[in-house]
Amino acid sequence: MRTAQYVCRRMTAGLVLMLGVSVLSFILSSLVPGNYFDEMRLNPQVSSQTLAHMRLDYGIDETLPHRYLHWFRNAVRGDFGFSFAYNMPVSSLIWQRLSNTLLLAGTATALVWIVGVPVGIFSARFTWANRITSLGSAALLSVPELAVILLFLAFFVRIGTMPLGGIAEGNGNAGWARIGATALHLLIPVLALAIVGLPIVLQHTSTAMKEVLEAPFIQAARGHGISPARLLLRHALPAAANPLISLFGLSLAALVGTSLLAEVVTGWPGLGPLFVESIFARDFYVVIAIVMLSSSFLIVGNLVGDLLLFAADPRIRRTHS
Amino acid sequence: MKRSRIALIIFCLLHGAMLCADFFAPYAADQQNRTLPFAPPTQIHWRDQAGRFHLRPFVYGMIANSDGETYSEDRNVAYRIRFFVPAEGERASQFGLHLFSVQDPGHLFLLGTDEFGRDLFSRILYGGRISIAAGLLAMLIALGLGTLLGSIAGMVGGVVDGAIMRLAELGLALSWFYLLLAIRAFLPLRTPPLETFFLIAAVLGFTGWARPARLVRGVLLSAKERGFVMTARGFGAGPIYLFRRHLLPQVLPVIWTQAVILIPQFIMAEVALSFLGLGAVEPLASWGNLLAELQSYRVITSYWWMFTPVIVLVLVSFSYFLLLNSLQKRVHSVAV
Repeated sequence: MRTAQYVCRRMTAGLVLMLGVSVLSFILSSLVPGNYFDEMRLNPQVSSQTLAHMRLDYGIDETLPHRYLHWFRNAVRGDFGFSFAYNMPVSSLIWQRLSNTLLLAGTATALVWIVGVPVGIFSARFTWANRITSLGSAALLSVPELAVILLFLAFFVRIGTMPLGGIAEGNGNAGWARIGATALHLLIPVLALAIVGLPIVLQHTSTAMKEVLEAPFIQAARGHGISPARLLLRHALPAAANPLISLFGLSLAALVGTSLLAEVVTGWPGLGPLFVESIFARDFYVVIAIVMLSSSFLIVGNLVGDLLLFAADPRIRRTHS
Repeated sequence: MKRSRIALIIFCLLHGAMLCADFFAPYAADQQNRTLPFAPPTQIHWRDQAGRFHLRPFVYGMIANSDGETYSEDRNVAYRIRFFVPAEGERASQFGLHLFSVQDPGHLFLLGTDEFGRDLFSRILYGGRISIAAGLLAMLIALGLGTLLGSIAGMVGGVVDGAIMRLAELGLALSWFYLLLAIRAFLPLRTPPLETFFLIAAVLGFTGWARPARLVRGVLLSAKERGFVMTARGFGAGPIYLFRRHLLPQVLPVIWTQAVILIPQFIMAEVALSFLGLGAVEPLASWGNLLAELQSYRVITSYWWMFTPVIVLVLVSFSYFLLLNSLQKRVHSVAV
């Protein structure tokens, strides 16, 4: 029951935070000079009556509190307003893009964890492996993300067999062909993202494991003749899991944020390009919706990380109950 | 010791080159040669066609081939490279001397040119100055704000501490890049170049204060409880004296390391913003601007020299990384 209470409190705090973010976004958006329709005024093909009509339709000239309340009432019901540039509801625009982003970031995150944790454990166990991985991850850590992505792109362009942009050819292929094409398009951005994310997981795993492996109880277990594999996985890993679980929570929280640059560079139709586009077009309802979405992911991701920690570590459970 | 010295040398060389861009760069960042778009790096020769060796290197003239894309050397005209040349025209007011240049109709593009025929080498140097300056300024803002708020939180405690730390948690909870873009989204799009520069630095600085603030507060809280600090307080030391004399020296290592962590992070953030077109805008060169040209397929496939900014970026990032490593070692050896 304590857990339920804790979750409730955290969710309430998260909702308050979201409310703050939305109010702040609205205030900031009203302070900015110019909006979507100002550019339209320069277009000779749009008459001033049409423009006035559109402004009325979109409620641009209403007062700020009025607009916010209107937006809030609809947002609670899952309607985040209307995109000026795409001329469609923001929510239906965003869901498609969100699923693409999650596909990309989720695959990359999964790859990072599936590779990073075993390699990290391995490198904590053997000194020579540790030397290689610490050198490699130091080198990777010092290369900026944008450089990694661009160099990857250049490399695959030279090879010349990989599809370079987008998500899949839009010629209506379905089923397995579509999945295959998507997987092929995923390869470059996922690899680039994985290379950026891998050294962090690797270093955390190997540091945590090394610390635990030096603890007296491991020495004792080794003295009892427990096999090295069992020692590593059954005794050392659970003791070293806490920082990893926190890190996992953080990487869940960052799912919507990490792939932004990679998406823009490789032309992946996710939230990233949409976000940048809508900033340029002054398409504010889209900007606000994406900001809200990313902050909600952060809140939920952090919460999930803490709950996992709660579930995994009896010491934390005991201090809380 | 040895590695840290290498790091320091690379670091100083890179930054010195950017800082003295007026001296090292043969051309202005915005000087266009519309007849020479995407010219490859100019070859420097020591031997002429007769096979004779010249002590003073020279370059040949460049002529565009009939396909309009490639260039070949015009072996009939040779231009000698001159060193320590007095600057001319618009750039004379900046430094007055260039490290090297060639006689006038000739061109010396060490790293080739971009689509407007601007010298990439000069643009990398001038762009680096903008990017690094933005990183430095943002670091000063973030660290200044963070140290101030963190010290207030640590020294005063109570409600003030709670309020500042909640604010910091909010800042840490939001992904900083989204926060950065979100703040940028709600600022004017097109501003004069200099204003843009300060705007970017300010935005970067205001998104990054939370982590240093938390660290400074943490160090202060534990420093306040140490024996000699308590003794000094017992002897009647006031809070300001206590902070300046006893607490600040304990906080300084944290501030130094944070500075070295934050600068490259902010440089990369500026690069990312300019890459997306939300940072430094065209007449101003910045590393992000230079990289942005790599978004075109033609540039990626045909003009390899356009990738040199990426390599410079990696070098700068790596030098900061090495610097951080040696700094951390030193701080640990002093603290323990």
